[in-house]
Amino acid sequence: MASKKSRLHIPRPTARPGEKPDFSYLNLSPAGSVDKPPVNSRTRDIEYLSEDLVRVLDEDHKAVGPWNPAIDPDKLQVALRWMLLNRVFDDRMWQIQRQGRISFYMQAAGEEAVSIAQGMALRPGDMCFPSYRNQGLYMLRGVKLVDMMCQCLSNTRDMCKGRQLPIMYHSKKANIYSISGNLGTQYPNAVGWAMASAIRGEDHIAASWLGDGSTAEADFHHALTFAAVYQAPVILNVVNNQWAISTFQGFAGGERRPFAARGLGLGIPGIRVDGNDLLAVYAVTLWAADRARRGGGPTLIELVTYRGGAHSTSDDPSKYRPKDEWSAFPLGDPIERLKQHLITEGHWSEQKHEALTEELKTEVLAAWKEAQKAGTMTEGPFLDPATMFDDVFAEIPPSLESQRRYMLEIESGE
Amino acid sequence: MAQMNMIEAIRSGLDVVMDKDPGVVILGEDVGYFGGVFRCTDGLQRKYGEHRVIDAPIAEGGIIGAAIGMGVNGLRPVAEIQFADYIYPGFDQVVSELARLRYRSAGEFFSPVTIRTPCGGGIRGGQTHSQSPEAIFAHISGIKTVMPSNPYDAKGMLISAIESDDPVVFFEPKRIYNGPFDGDPDKPAVPWTSHPKGEVPEGYYTVPLGSAEVVQSGEELTIVTYGTLVHVAQAAAEATGVDAEVIDVRSIFPLDTGTLSDSVRKTGRCLVAHEATRFAGYGAELAARIQKDCFYHLEAPIGRVAGWDTPYPHAFEWQYFPGKKRMMAGIRKMMEEA
Repeated sequence: MASKKSRLHIPRPTARPGEKPDFSYLNLSPAGSVDKPPVNSRTRDIEYLSEDLVRVLDEDHKAVGPWNPAIDPDKLQVALRWMLLNRVFDDRMWQIQRQGRISFYMQAAGEEAVSIAQGMALRPGDMCFPSYRNQGLYMLRGVKLVDMMCQCLSNTRDMCKGRQLPIMYHSKKANIYSISGNLGTQYPNAVGWAMASAIRGEDHIAASWLGDGSTAEADFHHALTFAAVYQAPVILNVVNNQWAISTFQGFAGGERRPFAARGLGLGIPGIRVDGNDLLAVYAVTLWAADRARRGGGPTLIELVTYRGGAHSTSDDPSKYRPKDEWSAFPLGDPIERLKQHLITEGHWSEQKHEALTEELKTEVLAAWKEAQKAGTMTEGPFLDPATMFDDVFAEIPPSLESQRRYMLEIESGE
Repeated sequence: MAQMNMIEAIRSGLDVVMDKDPGVVILGEDVGYFGGVFRCTDGLQRKYGEHRVIDAPIAEGGIIGAAIGMGVNGLRPVAEIQFADYIYPGFDQVVSELARLRYRSAGEFFSPVTIRTPCGGGIRGGQTHSQSPEAIFAHISGIKTVMPSNPYDAKGMLISAIESDDPVVFFEPKRIYNGPFDGDPDKPAVPWTSHPKGEVPEGYYTVPLGSAEVVQSGEELTIVTYGTLVHVAQAAAEATGVDAEVIDVRSIFPLDTGTLSDSVRKTGRCLVAHEATRFAGYGAELAARIQKDCFYHLEAPIGRVAGWDTPYPHAFEWQYFPGKKRMMAGIRKMMEEA
């Protein structure tokens, strides 16, 4: 502070390739140590929730403290199954991309508890505005694996009719919005949906997800402002997986205050939660949903997790972060943690887990075989290119109709 | 001279100006430690430090807005927007601020920002990694808009853009980063080493903004195009056997109208081609201008080959992209007219 010159701070991650992973920057509260306030608490009285870390599973894999949602073991086994399915599905699709059979893929490795726990805590009528790592939500809400694969293949069964990159799913039936590909744009859309729900006098709420990096986008701030002004019934989730491609969460401002605290200035309560603790994520989501449904307005939830894999199949994380960083992440792996909890409680075993993994692999493989029947990138049946002119408008204008005719003429020529 | 692909040429251009002018700074997503998702800034942070090659938050409006402020305060910022498809959150800063700062302050303030951004399709990028929004920027008074089609021009024009006191939006057709592309996706990729414009001087040189280039001379038809389609046009012309003159516009604004009209007056026929959607595309401006300058020399209406007026579909990339087949059909149609 002796210097009289201004100084530019350049955020630096604690470890780069070849260095020892260091997560000492994460403020970790012991499991069970954070109070659970009533859902109608004033934001100013619960600011601690945005600094502390809500955790339920302790070091001994026991569920402890006021946030323990006391979920039935049967339901927890279901949750484990969904998370595992998400992982197995991603592994298979990643391999498939590596074989050149789909153009692109993004996996949720390490973040599965986000979609599964939050999806389970929401009601079917609640609308989800996901980011591109929320594939678990689609699975959980009944979108078939084969239909997700067909989307990735852009084949004749593709829900997007070949118009979107792989993983940019949507499902009106399942109340899950169309994934954009641009970052954070879904956040204000979720707030608007929630405002409409209140205008229409319904008790459905909206939930949206984006990454730590995307909180820098203006749309994040637009969403918070509108949500705060109108007290919209919405849950705004920041999945802090520590990395936005090559830039760590410090480049989105995570060095100063937790992302959960971003709404405090607007009066939006924030909850910082162990994103790899399915029980804790479930509990805080239920709390926020309850608050929203009772007219308490928005909640910002920061899910502290780790992006276990590459950003996408186009990325090589070994160029910017230590290879062993995931294994050093203090909040571990959400699947392993729930598994150990169930084993500790006597409701699961290594054998059952192995058998389930094999069963899910078989299920995914069967879906893949089925999906390919509707066409692959190289083998038909192929979508009809004439359809590319549909859905630009509700009704096709004459200018597009004539372009369609000309395109077909060119394609049939030669 | 050295052999460079377009990425290396852009990197070399950045290196040369950063070395020459300590006021040149780079900012953008993943441009620093990582060196950019397309590697255009690889090694520059190691060489010039973290205060000159700055990793930015994911906020295109913030990147462009901050670049404007840096430029006002004496720096010469080069902002990278990771994909042209992501530029829209920064659009207000470009249109309302960057483009008009000099005008509204009667020349007292200006900001010499260059915005580099990869554009165009042909890489299976779907609707959010394939767009060509150059016409939207060309429509804005107060910014220059350019799109090189080869490594030599990319480096020379980038240096000109950075040294220009006017703001420049510098589009990089990413399909041809690693080699020229003739529009036929079934043919194996060709590297820049096979192309004369892959020969790039290692040091400082400029290619002025506002000059088009005749890349192939001919007598029967003028094809006016830019970016990836320069290579498609050349291949298509050859395949049809039409003696076409191919002009690489290079600089969308300012536009070198003289080179265009000289050619069209000679050939009497003109086909305008771009990858972007047709309706109100830049081809409309080209056609209007050429029609005005060459009306009494035209033997046929000016033709257009362009992207369809739809978003860029992932599955139908090659039916959407105005490739060799469509270009050939356009050329043949031009020769049949009148």
